[in-house]
Amino acid sequence: MGDFFSDYQVGDFFDEMFSGPGVVRPHYSKLFARFKEMEREEFERKRALAASTFLTQGVTFTVYNDDQGTERIFPFDLVPRIIPAEEWDLVERGLVQRITALNLFLHDIYHTQNILRDGVIPKQIVWEATHFRPEFMQFDVPRNIYIHICGTDLIRDKDGTYLVLEDNARCPSGVSYVIENRQTMKRAFPSLLGQFRVRAVEDYSQELLNVLRHIAPGGKTEPTVVLLTPGVYNSAYFEHSFLARSMGIEIVEGRDLVARDGRVFMRTTKGLKPVDVIYRRINDDFLDPQVFRKDSGLGVPGLVEAYRDGNVSLANSIGTGIADDKAVYHFVPKMIRYYLGEDPILPNVSTYLATEKEDLSYILEHIPELVIKAVNESGGYGMLIGPQATKAECERFRDKVKKNPRNYIAQPVVALSRAPAFCDNDMQGRHVDLRPFVLYGEKVTIIPGGLTRVALRAGSLVVNSSQGGGSKDTWVLEAENGAAAVE
Amino acid sequence: MLSRVADSLYWMSRYIERAENNARIADVNLQLLLDLTNPTEKDLLQQWDPIISSLEEDELFASLYEKPEGKAVIDFVSLQKKNPNSIYSCLTLARENARTTSEQISSEMWEQINRLYLFVKSDAARKLVRTSPYEFFKRIIAGSHLFQGITDATMTHGEGWDFIRIGKLLERADCTSRILDVKYHILLPSGEKVGGNVDTIQWMSVLKSCSALEAYRKIYVGQVAPWRVAEFIITHSAFPRSIRFSVDCFDAALHRISGSHESKYANEAERLSGRLRSDLDYVTIGDIFKFGLHEYLEQIQERLVEISSAMQAAYCANNAFESFTAD
Repeated sequence: MGDFFSDYQVGDFFDEMFSGPGVVRPHYSKLFARFKEMEREEFERKRALAASTFLTQGVTFTVYNDDQGTERIFPFDLVPRIIPAEEWDLVERGLVQRITALNLFLHDIYHTQNILRDGVIPKQIVWEATHFRPEFMQFDVPRNIYIHICGTDLIRDKDGTYLVLEDNARCPSGVSYVIENRQTMKRAFPSLLGQFRVRAVEDYSQELLNVLRHIAPGGKTEPTVVLLTPGVYNSAYFEHSFLARSMGIEIVEGRDLVARDGRVFMRTTKGLKPVDVIYRRINDDFLDPQVFRKDSGLGVPGLVEAYRDGNVSLANSIGTGIADDKAVYHFVPKMIRYYLGEDPILPNVSTYLATEKEDLSYILEHIPELVIKAVNESGGYGMLIGPQATKAECERFRDKVKKNPRNYIAQPVVALSRAPAFCDNDMQGRHVDLRPFVLYGEKVTIIPGGLTRVALRAGSLVVNSSQGGGSKDTWVLEAENGAAAVE
Repeated sequence: MLSRVADSLYWMSRYIERAENNARIADVNLQLLLDLTNPTEKDLLQQWDPIISSLEEDELFASLYEKPEGKAVIDFVSLQKKNPNSIYSCLTLARENARTTSEQISSEMWEQINRLYLFVKSDAARKLVRTSPYEFFKRIIAGSHLFQGITDATMTHGEGWDFIRIGKLLERADCTSRILDVKYHILLPSGEKVGGNVDTIQWMSVLKSCSALEAYRKIYVGQVAPWRVAEFIITHSAFPRSIRFSVDCFDAALHRISGSHESKYANEAERLSGRLRSDLDYVTIGDIFKFGLHEYLEQIQERLVEISSAMQAAYCANNAFESFTAD
């Protein structure tokens, strides 16, 4: 037989599948058995099937590292990541708690700012944040919801504890891969999926549409909802078109929309048609050249005015970037205590703020041991992983941090959990994270699981697709009548 | 439907049809060569020249290749990236347009376009063009047919589908007129007579390019006569690749989109297309030959261009990936 796991090294990490060398965790045992009886050839066939499915469906993203953007498949690993019911239950409760606090924070920060007055968060952290939009102070967003769609990145440390690494409260992407990965696994391992009781993910689009309809201006019952994309050259274009298609709504570009008399319309073959709700996959800066960046050709002049007049709703709301600022992140556990009077269910990774005197000197002395992150960057850009960096790189970051402390935070290196992935013709432990997608409408809905990203380069801690990352299907198991497989 | 999307659907469809027609023309010419007994080098060059002319890319061709011999022409029409009308370029543009509308077309349609595109991009296609161009062209034609079948079977027959039909049929009418015109440019090899063996073979090849030989034979038993071939290809009311049939069908699609009655017109595109339609209804082959076949076909091509621009002015305010036009 294929002998996939005979040389598998668990290493000095928390492994999702093995609790020790050769010791399979109970919720992975059926999977282990399936691989035990599988020939290499059969596995290769499944891999080829998966790759060709992604390619013909055009499930690709565009990389711009040369003049010509090249389309690539997001590498897909066939070994699923499995999460038992009670583990997911904890994650879900933690995420609901977190999104609730973040929304209360945004409302507060754009109204009375009690949290600053009470000294829970230093004033300058908010006022100096790039993505804070003081021009929207006292503005009431529809149904009082700011972040409708949130992608929160979770990691597990050496003990397997789930930690929040960052929140993505602007335009998180990746959910289309969650759904496509599942479709592919259904084709590749139909009987295995049947043996497990894996919770479905396919209703995400319907839930998203419900959220978007929920925030329609004036509670309109049959609103026209559209998805606003930067266009076909955007690296996430596949996802935009996937979501628009599965919700049955139009996908529009800025040039398809026009704002007149405080209303937004789309140009159709039958003339102008009013638009009520815009799921925008464009950042604040590019939304409206009259208000934000003047050079933006992606947005719609007059859109913000229509939004202010309450004639069109946006998801996410303008100004949510303050909530995923990496310095503000440090204060989320405090927010949870402040607004909800609860202890945080999902802890943060401990964070040093370069704006705090003591933290700054600690950072400057310990750069080679820390991860340094720019507060507004994502996608694995603008960061330094101390232990893997050269001396020169560390020095460069030392200068950057000194020069602009508000722009940087530092965290200890977390030994991300690993899961088996098929690399170099064998199963090898690779670091993974998890991005669940949180929808906030009439209620908070989270599709079971989320996107498991895997750093396919040996030893790498960076899971981003632009940096050699891939993904796995994530299986959240149904609870087995209360007697779930406890480890 | 968004104006931009209507425009993209229209062009997506045109480019696929254009790729198919290029494959048809090249394929038939390949076969025609095999029918020439002891061709001289001059004969061979004459054989390919009209194809370049019909694509109206003489200068570009001359800048890329030494002389219009078979291998060069096949490369030029199939995979040459610098030729904006090569099969490769057409399918690339068709896919780009499909990508911007991929939430409007069915996923099956998108996958088929994508498969065709991935095929022409592949090394396998490059090899096939070298070793067996005939098979390559067959695959392109079959791929286009499959796309049309998938379109009819999986997409709602509504406004978007009508824009796809208009694109396909306008392009087809244009290409059919060009295929017929190729024969006008082909000179008979020295020593051959008009109406002789080679002449007949050439007219048969025109029919074959349009998949029309069998249909023609059923109507005009036996003889392949020039004026009958032209009559069939221009004015037959029920053959799906004839010019008249194509014009009838896109005219109907235009009226379905606007909702106006077929005998009236709601915009300039409908007026122009209705006029062309009635001309084709009542013209005789005698009239056409008196006017001059080449001149008549050219005039049809011009009118198709006018209809296309009027249609875009009426429905598609801003153009998407229309980097090359048909004309």
